[in-house]
Amino acid sequence: MITLGIDLGSNTVKTVLLRDGSQVIARSLRKGGHDMETVMNECLEEVYSAASGEKPDKIVATGYGRVSCKIADKEISEISCHGRGAYFSMQGARTVIDIGGQDSKAISLSDNGKVIDFVMNDKCAAGTGRFLEVMAQALQVQLVDFGDVSLKADRSVDISNTCTVFAESEVISLMARRESKENIIAGLHKAIAARVIAMAKRLRIEDEVAFTGGVALNSGVKRALESASGKSIKTPDHPQHIGALGAALFAFDMAKE
Amino acid sequence: MEQFNQLSEISSNERLRKLMVGYYMKAKFSWLTRKKIAWITSGGPVEPLISMGITPIYPENHGAMIGARKMGPELSDAAEDLGYSRDLCSYFRCDVGSAVLKKSPIDIRPKFLGGRAVFGGGLPKPDLLVCCNNICGTVLKWYEVQARFFNVPLIIVDTPYNYDGETTEIIEYVTAQFGEMITQIEKATGKRFSEKEFIRVGELSDEAVNLWNEVLSICENVPAPMTCFDAFMYLAPIVTLRGTQEVVDYYKQLKVELQSLADRKISPVPEEKFRLIWDNLPIWFKMRRLSKTLANYGAVLVADTYTNAWADNDISVEKPIESMARVYATAYLNRNTETKIKNMVNLMNRFKADGFLIHSNRSCKPYSFGQLDIKDEVSRRTGKPALMIEADMCDPRAYSDEQIATRIQAFIETLKERKATA
Repeated sequence: MITLGIDLGSNTVKTVLLRDGSQVIARSLRKGGHDMETVMNECLEEVYSAASGEKPDKIVATGYGRVSCKIADKEISEISCHGRGAYFSMQGARTVIDIGGQDSKAISLSDNGKVIDFVMNDKCAAGTGRFLEVMAQALQVQLVDFGDVSLKADRSVDISNTCTVFAESEVISLMARRESKENIIAGLHKAIAARVIAMAKRLRIEDEVAFTGGVALNSGVKRALESASGKSIKTPDHPQHIGALGAALFAFDMAKE
Repeated sequence: MEQFNQLSEISSNERLRKLMVGYYMKAKFSWLTRKKIAWITSGGPVEPLISMGITPIYPENHGAMIGARKMGPELSDAAEDLGYSRDLCSYFRCDVGSAVLKKSPIDIRPKFLGGRAVFGGGLPKPDLLVCCNNICGTVLKWYEVQARFFNVPLIIVDTPYNYDGETTEIIEYVTAQFGEMITQIEKATGKRFSEKEFIRVGELSDEAVNLWNEVLSICENVPAPMTCFDAFMYLAPIVTLRGTQEVVDYYKQLKVELQSLADRKISPVPEEKFRLIWDNLPIWFKMRRLSKTLANYGAVLVADTYTNAWADNDISVEKPIESMARVYATAYLNRNTETKIKNMVNLMNRFKADGFLIHSNRSCKPYSFGQLDIKDEVSRRTGKPALMIEADMCDPRAYSDEQIATRIQAFIETLKERKATA
């Protein structure tokens, strides 16, 4: 039996094709845009070709675009999907920290992987992938290099503004004062981690923490989160696909019925 | 007035509409009837005013109407143009904006005058202001601003916050102020205070509050015959006109009608799956959308801390002023966090709730302060989950549809999961 999970995020579209609720057949990820449907269809072609034409029995959509996904049998919130996907990828995970393009969230899981409680960022881009994107532009450093660059820092500067817009001008004035890019980026990671951990502390942060979402690919943020929380944090494989994976697992539940 | 109860059986809705329209019409034409108008805060002592034949007017009730009519941004802008920060209470901003622009949902345009807005929109001009800080500190500055704007006397009743519960000192202090307040009202309006009349009004007020409590309690029935979205509408008379016979009569009828629905297990949400408690003021400009969103999931708001704040009153015949002082000094928002936790736990148990929704209201700091502790503690004591949503009672600029929809959906999914595994 084959099921499909589609995560229509603010920045990217992710799909996961799953066999029998246990084995990932294919994943795809594409930059989203105004025409979400076309991007999604490209993603689908990609995963379907890996399944040599086999079509899914059930489809579940999640993410900001989930409601407008016509091909889905059901839409489920990204909180439930991230919780489900993270628990599947990292057995025993009890806290999920997800940092995506435009939101960040912390999810508490019970010992059998059910969502107990969650918090999400509010009307502010600080503590999201967008924050780092803006800073990457200001610093003229590729976002994918942020993790490695921050490794070379000899210290992390303090970024006192939590607001993305003000933090950007702070970064610009730090550059004018000839502060190194490495130290600034380390400082930005510390700022985003402080913000996210403060939010996650509204719940209890357990010992088994899974870090998911696009920003989880940045090892600098992971280290900063560890130092802000005092916990060892694990990034499951394919952290960007966790939501889509959770959706595919929910689709499998439906297909079994 | 918008009704959220889809059940046409509630014939008292028409009575409510007439009651509220009549109230504002009479107040608008007070220059004809020579009635004095006193603007008063929502937690202010209304009984002395009513007993002296003075019409109380509530800018906060007006704020709710402005919010429901989605006039918040326009009126707030007018206040912000005057230099008031957007971080201030949106009721305050709307009140100032409405006074300056003469715009409001209350806009009487009589047909015999060709439907022209000859009277100007907005609340009737006050003859005096009565401000009681048992609901927040903002009202002190708010009423000072309006006292200057309308050039009318301002009476302030100071009710210290009940950090350690109600103390004799607080009650004595507030009692003394009430005595003084009555003298000030007499001076400002030329009306005489009569204790006999005051006791009569106090008794009517008590009766209305008891009836209101009974009305709200009917939602202990499963399924609940109304939701909080209805209660937010039914609340208007208990806030504005308690102490009058017509309010008592209205709630008597409403109670009978709701009880009859409850007895026949008729509910506005066809299949009641989740019973939830609401905390804080309504999000006035999103009532319809939120009520629909919740109803689609079979979720029903069966009780809330807001409408229940008017369900507690006890003005005694023996010590009328002192007992009134106790009622107002111990208003819900003037009590400590432990009292609020206990109240929430009590509502959760009484109404057999599955969880609670906490509105962190950008405008109402005293109501929103401590909510994280309340959430954790109530969850711990009841074993039930809660969802906090960030919004504002009147200002849609502090609200995001998509974010709220996702949170509510995720919360319902966790409730479903809990029920499935229970």
